[in-house]
Amino acid sequence: MAQEAQKERSMILQKEMIDGLFNDLAKAKETGKKVCYTFIPGNLSELIRTFDMLPVYPEINALQSAMRKKSAAYIKEAEKNAHSEDVCTYVKCDVGMMMKGNIGPTGLKIPEPDILLLSYTGCFTFLKWFETLKREYPNAKVIMVHTPYQENAQMTPEMTQYMVKQFKEEVIPQMEAVTGIKYDEEKLKRHLVLAKEAQDLITKIFDTTKHRPSPIDAYFAGVYYIGPINIGFRGTQEAVDYYKELYSEIQERIRLGLGPITPEGEMKEEKYRLVVEGPPNWTSFREFWKIFYDMGAVIVASSYTKVGGVYDMGWRHDSTRPLESLAEYCMNCYTNLSIPQRIDLISKCITEYSADGYVTNSIKSCNSFSAGQLGMMREIEDRLEVPVGFIESDLVDPRYFSYSNIKNRLESYFQMLEQRRIIKETEVV
Amino acid sequence: MQTLKEIVDFCKFQSFDLNFTRAKAWKEEKEGRVLVGYMPIYFPREIIHAAGGMAVGVFGGGDIKQIIKGDAYYQSYICHIPRSIMELALDKHMDHFDGFIFPSICDVIRNLSGIFKQKKIGKFVKYMDFPQNFLPQIGGVFYQQEMQHVLKYIKEINGVEVTTEALNHSIDLYNKNRQMIDFIYKIRQDFPWRLSIIDVYHIIRAGTVITVEEHNEILEQVCEHIKNDIGVRQDKIKIVISGAFCEQPAMGLIKAIEDAGCYVVDDDYMLGSRMILGDVDATSTNPLEAISNAYIKQSQYSSSIYDIDNPKEYRLAKIVKDRGANGVIFASASFCDPSLLDAPIFQNAFNKMGIRYIAFQYSENINQYKVIKEQVGAFADSIKLWDDEPVLAL
Repeated sequence: MAQEAQKERSMILQKEMIDGLFNDLAKAKETGKKVCYTFIPGNLSELIRTFDMLPVYPEINALQSAMRKKSAAYIKEAEKNAHSEDVCTYVKCDVGMMMKGNIGPTGLKIPEPDILLLSYTGCFTFLKWFETLKREYPNAKVIMVHTPYQENAQMTPEMTQYMVKQFKEEVIPQMEAVTGIKYDEEKLKRHLVLAKEAQDLITKIFDTTKHRPSPIDAYFAGVYYIGPINIGFRGTQEAVDYYKELYSEIQERIRLGLGPITPEGEMKEEKYRLVVEGPPNWTSFREFWKIFYDMGAVIVASSYTKVGGVYDMGWRHDSTRPLESLAEYCMNCYTNLSIPQRIDLISKCITEYSADGYVTNSIKSCNSFSAGQLGMMREIEDRLEVPVGFIESDLVDPRYFSYSNIKNRLESYFQMLEQRRIIKETEVV
Repeated sequence: MQTLKEIVDFCKFQSFDLNFTRAKAWKEEKEGRVLVGYMPIYFPREIIHAAGGMAVGVFGGGDIKQIIKGDAYYQSYICHIPRSIMELALDKHMDHFDGFIFPSICDVIRNLSGIFKQKKIGKFVKYMDFPQNFLPQIGGVFYQQEMQHVLKYIKEINGVEVTTEALNHSIDLYNKNRQMIDFIYKIRQDFPWRLSIIDVYHIIRAGTVITVEEHNEILEQVCEHIKNDIGVRQDKIKIVISGAFCEQPAMGLIKAIEDAGCYVVDDDYMLGSRMILGDVDATSTNPLEAISNAYIKQSQYSSSIYDIDNPKEYRLAKIVKDRGANGVIFASASFCDPSLLDAPIFQNAFNKMGIRYIAFQYSENINQYKVIKEQVGAFADSIKLWDDEPVLAL
């Protein structure tokens, strides 16, 4: 029988926040709230809040469906309707869920969108995704926000201005028209102040992995920690309160010298410290995590937790430059970074968090992450002489999670790390 | 005037000269000339021309180049073209190129630009972020800035400051180029037996690796040849190919489709050379704005362009109607996100509109066409036999 996961207060808080959001969504028609579908990278939570809209994140629905073992049926439904086996499984899971009545992960129906806010940030598939949804929801207003790519590892004034012009001339007027609410910049600024506070806190939280043992797992638990900041609560007091609580729990763990909490309780021994690139597999999330914690491997940093915003290089929302700040936020999400920037960021994590190794979980249906990962691995291996590992799985399609393959590969990788450790210790002696 | 066969043979050779020798020779003829490789789909070649350079199409190694090193950079579930472009780069086929342009078409090509940057291939690497906002004062201005970046890179190499006159001259040359390509397709619409699709393909693709001046001379001659009643009409249906705009099908596959009973009366194989519909204003005092306006207002539909205000399914349906085609073949490169993600949109719409279609996937190095040929043959036969039968919406 599966063991009941341990729950801390922050986990309960998060559950309440998410349940509340889905309840509000289910009642959106009654309350008259407008519903805005959008994506995690480049999510304009503060602007959505300024117009009192409720956000829906199709990626989150897809991953939640996968964790509840529902994604296979949804994907099958989409594939029956001409969707290729070889494309993003988030899209197919979402389309399949819609075809089956759009019942969300909590069992409540998700309302149709009033706005499809196409934050085209770091992922080309987003564009195709909402083109597809527009055909299914002809009454929804699609609002495109084109986020320029950081091709030269910088956000130039031209890029920022391009985005600000889009906000001023396209996004905001269209949001005003749909919601009937006038744009209130002071309200946006208040949300941005709270957003910054949450960003400061989450940065401190992920920085705690510098401790030995690391009090948290920055990948498997990290995906829960980024929940509130990424799924519509950034810019709210609730998110700030959640992160304060979480930070205080982690501080207590540090004080007690405890390692991360896993679904089977506390991790007893930290043998390996790793940095992971790429999203996790959601269909077998617990089994996947277990392979790591059974081997005493803790993830001290991951690129995936930066997909909704990169805060560890110091960037924050700035309420004195509200629209410019929204633009910079979008441009600064992980998958909108160039490959050399990604390499530098991961290298920094490996060095600063004293990682023993670097593992890539390459996702079959996510080119935004996967294309270029092998080149990144080679560069990081050359630059830092750190052992690299490589596994393959998928986001929400259970057909592409091969437990034994992944386990075999990781066991070999851990043996290599062990061997390396022995050699190092011998050299010291 | 050369014979049509001589022209086609020349173009065939140029299209698949993976050492780009003609471009290299052109560069060496005169100091200050630059070569800029560009990836699919579209790039405004006019601006490179005006800056004393030549934009050279890099469409992968096809079924000619064996991939060894490139496979070390890309997982098996990523399309073939990035690995073959890497192979070309690592095997020094493009060492004489000064820079590389990666147009914003998908995540794979975008990230490939980063790998080129990381490996410092070329004097410059530019990810060309085409606007997805189609207001001239927003997306148009951004696009002009993107073109200015390219011109700045070239100026750093050859010192050429582009003038309005030079840009308008280049625009004029490429307008003529597109006009003649359009003429070829118009002739083929009614008389597809005069020039096979594989010959058309070679003629257009050659234009991406030689100068526009030379290509225009070739096109003029081709247009003259096909005005005559040449070739033998065969009992084939007319179809439009859609979805093959980036990684190119192997030549054998392009030929196999026609051999299996389909005259291809329109396609998106070399979409970049035909992307702008009609002329770009060649008399503007702001030619970059003219190029930008043409892209924003006169582009062909593409899987890489946000289409909400101008849905692609209706645009493809119009092409089918205008060309008098009997159906559509959706040919997508394996793992090509833009093409494959568009498939349900097209196919669901065509089911309702009663437009017949089939779909298959290919890879640039595929060399077994039997299954696809049988599929295409059966499609052609079904249309010939039952064209009057209504297509049921699924």
